[in-house]
Amino acid sequence: MFGSYEFDWSSIPGAMGFLGQGLLVSLEITGLALVAGIVWGTLLAMARLSSIKPLAWAAAGYVNLFRAVPLVMVLLWFFLIVPKLLENFLGLPSGSDVRLASAMIGFALFESAYYAEIIRAGIQSVPKGQLAAAHALGMSYPQAMLHVVLPQAFRNMVPLLLTQAIILFQDTSLVYVSALADFFGAAYKVGDRDGRLVELVLFAGAIYFVLCFAASQGVRYFQKRLQTA
Amino acid sequence: MITIDKVSKHYGNFQVLTDCSTHVNKGEVVVVCGPSGSGKSTLIKCVNGLEPFQDGAIHVNGTSVGAPKTNLSKLRAHVGMVFQHFELFPHMTISDNLRLAQIKVLKRDKDEAAEKGHYFLDRVGLKAHAHKFPGQLSGGQQQRVAIARALAMDPICMLFDEPTSALDPEMINEVLDVMTELAQEGMTMMCVTHEMGFAKRVAHRVIFMDHGKIVEDDSKEAFFANPRSERAQQFLAKILQH
Repeated sequence: MFGSYEFDWSSIPGAMGFLGQGLLVSLEITGLALVAGIVWGTLLAMARLSSIKPLAWAAAGYVNLFRAVPLVMVLLWFFLIVPKLLENFLGLPSGSDVRLASAMIGFALFESAYYAEIIRAGIQSVPKGQLAAAHALGMSYPQAMLHVVLPQAFRNMVPLLLTQAIILFQDTSLVYVSALADFFGAAYKVGDRDGRLVELVLFAGAIYFVLCFAASQGVRYFQKRLQTA
Repeated sequence: MITIDKVSKHYGNFQVLTDCSTHVNKGEVVVVCGPSGSGKSTLIKCVNGLEPFQDGAIHVNGTSVGAPKTNLSKLRAHVGMVFQHFELFPHMTISDNLRLAQIKVLKRDKDEAAEKGHYFLDRVGLKAHAHKFPGQLSGGQQQRVAIARALAMDPICMLFDEPTSALDPEMINEVLDVMTELAQEGMTMMCVTHEMGFAKRVAHRVIFMDHGKIVEDDSKEAFFANPRSERAQQFLAKILQH
């Protein structure tokens, strides 16, 4: 298939600095979405488990909506449409810098729908008697969740959360549609500039593979240790 | 101390409690017994509002449990409860288990809470285990810690929901000994239990429940010597055979 194609990797060494910066952006987006996803996802999960029906319905609607829509589309909405709406509503000057921030927010909102489901399962894995015992000691619902239920839930969830974080890191490659110079976007740009797209995309793929495979091995090791502890 | 007045509770069409009335005086030890599914655990959980009920009223030290404006957290802070499955918090050391609610609910400072916790841990004979996690203790030890955790809140009364039912036989006595000591010190106690030996030794009154109703409510002497209802006679005959 590649019989007539001559590989030329020479544009990579010179672009290492640029690619490295791209990788940093990818890791930053991952970290940000991870934190936002866990915080917002925890609130969504608690809302979904709430006995206040409208709250539970709203959270379920949110989770189902974001899980039923492709990530690329969400990113484009938040890159193209949401900033326009904000401009109109808030009277911002057009072309202001909200597009990238908006795409990042869209990304975090999308990922938190997945985190919400993991966290909901984690909360449900804590025996009901724990909440009853916390209540019996006079703790309010927020106190009981914060000090008793959530710490145990997160402990049970750590492997799943880390696995989801690896998926999240891979998902960040899709933000290239919003012109954010993440790792994949940077590789694409270099390849496009030098006419060496095949090499650069292969190289980017190899780096994603190495990082994600190493991380998932790490999770597996951690999981084993958790089970024996 | 505790008055239960015509309390009824149902889940949909299923009647769990029907017209239950009784009372527990200050310093009194009342044992609640009956076959499984008779509603005794539900009744005791209504006392501190862990289970809601539809009809009737429960007052603890003058506070109405079912009233919408009652601050249940405040009430529960001073009503100790011990559960069948201990329900220690597994992610914390024994020390932290004893301190958590004292600090968060009673707003005691950390040192005071630790001191109080260790005092009661010593009382239940487990001083040496303060730094361990609940999973490292036996069931009987965990239940004694759970009792200490409740006592550290300075409760005005204690509720026990089958505290020995999940324990291996050889661990039951160490828990009952702690409860007996507590009763002798004059603690007001309501205990759901099948331990008839404990009831005979320690209880002032015995309540017998069946199908969500209080069938007998009598002094322990009268209950054991001469149970009035046929259901209680059968129950006692079965349980005392051994």
